[in-house]
Amino acid sequence: MTEYTEHLLTEPRKDTERFRFIWLLIVPLVAILFQVYVPRFVSFLSYLELPLLITVHFALSSRAPIASVFYGMSIGLVQDSLSHQPIGMFGIVKTLVGYFAASVSMRFDVDNPFVTFILSFFFYFFHQFFYWVLDRALLGEALSFDVQQTLIFGLLNAAVALPLFRILDKLKVTG
Amino acid sequence: MDFFLSRYRNLTVLLIVIVAQLLLIAYQVKTNNNVPLMRVWAVTAVTPVETALELVRRYTWGFVVDYFVLLNVRSENEKLQRDNGQLKMENHYLKAELGTADRARALSVFQAQSPSKTVAGRVIGNGTGANSKVVFIDRGSTSGVESGMAVVTPDGIVGKVVDAYPTASLVMLITDPTFAAGVISQKNRVRGTLKGQGHNDTLVDYVQNEEKVDGGEWFYTSGDDRIFPKGFPVGQVSAARNGKNFKEIYLNPSGLQSGSVEEVLVLLQGVHQQIPDGEIASPGYKILQPPADNVAGSPQPTGQPTALATDADRLREQYKQIGTEQKHVFGEGIPGSKPPDFTKMQGIRGGSPLPSLTPAVPPKPATPAGGDTGAIAQKPTGSQAAVPKSGANGGANNGPPGDSAATAPKPKPRPTAPILVTDPTDADPGSDVVPSGSPKPPAIPPPSATPPPATPKPPVPRNP
Repeated sequence: MTEYTEHLLTEPRKDTERFRFIWLLIVPLVAILFQVYVPRFVSFLSYLELPLLITVHFALSSRAPIASVFYGMSIGLVQDSLSHQPIGMFGIVKTLVGYFAASVSMRFDVDNPFVTFILSFFFYFFHQFFYWVLDRALLGEALSFDVQQTLIFGLLNAAVALPLFRILDKLKVTG
Repeated sequence: MDFFLSRYRNLTVLLIVIVAQLLLIAYQVKTNNNVPLMRVWAVTAVTPVETALELVRRYTWGFVVDYFVLLNVRSENEKLQRDNGQLKMENHYLKAELGTADRARALSVFQAQSPSKTVAGRVIGNGTGANSKVVFIDRGSTSGVESGMAVVTPDGIVGKVVDAYPTASLVMLITDPTFAAGVISQKNRVRGTLKGQGHNDTLVDYVQNEEKVDGGEWFYTSGDDRIFPKGFPVGQVSAARNGKNFKEIYLNPSGLQSGSVEEVLVLLQGVHQQIPDGEIASPGYKILQPPADNVAGSPQPTGQPTALATDADRLREQYKQIGTEQKHVFGEGIPGSKPPDFTKMQGIRGGSPLPSLTPAVPPKPATPAGGDTGAIAQKPTGSQAAVPKSGANGGANNGPPGDSAATAPKPKPRPTAPILVTDPTDADPGSDVVPSGSPKPPAIPPPSATPPPATPKPPVPRNP
């Protein structure tokens, strides 16, 4: 194990930083509003999955699997409510994303931009793929899964995640 | 158990949450019922913010544009666009109705029918999900919008309402992968199912490879899905090719031509419309004009009404004319009494203006050349059987009378069944032989014309 990887795996985090409760409500609401409103005028921004990135950031920064599970579930259920699919599809996927992201955060130094980029990319792909699996398995809809497009969108979301996470970190308070 | 829960607390919570959501999905799928309360909460929380954002956007950016750049042009343009859309729909309706063959019927249908009852809505937001194509409009159940209603623009169909909330409705666009609607092509009347693809093009599925669909052909709603009324334009064929099981027909949806849909119409009460007549495929038959009443060359007594439809009617009129001239009343007299002289009928081969004719000789069977009836009744013998017959005329036109006389030495009475000659060339203008020994004409003329024999007949005395 190199010194760099050891640094990635073992560096302790500051657990005293946390979000205020109001931001826990406003930030996902803004993300969902962005997703439902902005692509009307800027259509190429429809690839952005901001609610997912918010879920990942919360899970990585909180390092609490149970809280991340419920946070991801809540965001996913709100997304489901605004879609035409049965409620629970996004909820299940984001529940899993929250749980796994929080579990990973206890092993990696998630403040590292490279790790953040990789994890954001991975969780976007996982989110899209698992949603497709659920869609086929639970609803029986024969939707196609474009791997190439998903990979490209994953990279773009990961690129957006880097500055977004920095901005969200500013909202955290010490205490 | 406590040890397990404390040891795997995170995993246990995860499983409980996942199973709970799976049960929620299973409940919705099995009962085909949403969880309306949760959706109402979310939509009620989100759509006011969207509406506010939209208002802010319109009255800030729109104000700047209106005031500094276009002044009143924007509002006027919006009004004109609305009017134009209404006129386009009305024009489309009128075109469809007037395009039918019966213009009077189209007008009466137009008067009887009223156009679809609609309510205008504005798109205020998109739905969530990268692949889903759903939008929110600012009209909900308070405006009369219900789930399952069709959403159109004057250019074509847009989608259908999948959920109606008090102040907003969720509309699934026709490009959504789960969208389906019944469509029919304009030209070849090919029926199929419109399916969204998740991108701009839509697919018409379940069309057999044998069906004919041309590029650029228009598809219209067929009304089979009971959501979209029949006759609304859907789109134009951008590509059509044979597939593995069904034809692959891609449509360019006309309702979404402008990309981002802003204003839509929700059909509160849809009215089926006729699909505009295009270039219809070959029907395989042709309806000709009815024949003229007085066919050239056909017998037509003087003074006869011109509204005779069939040959039988004309023949009946001829009989009546002869009966009138000879003072004979059909249906009177005992059997065996003197019948009218039908040989005076025009068109009877060899007919002569005899006032009456008494059968002096009992009727004998006709020669085979004498006609079909005689040929059937009499067994042909010798050279008679060798006389070729040519259609209905038999051997009448097969040679000079002298030749036939050589083959038939014994004169026989010619059959005098009335003949309806519809073609003047069928008559034998050169025949000047007076028929003899005419048998009693049948009360009902045979349906088939019986040509006279070509053999010469001895003259018979005329009645004074």
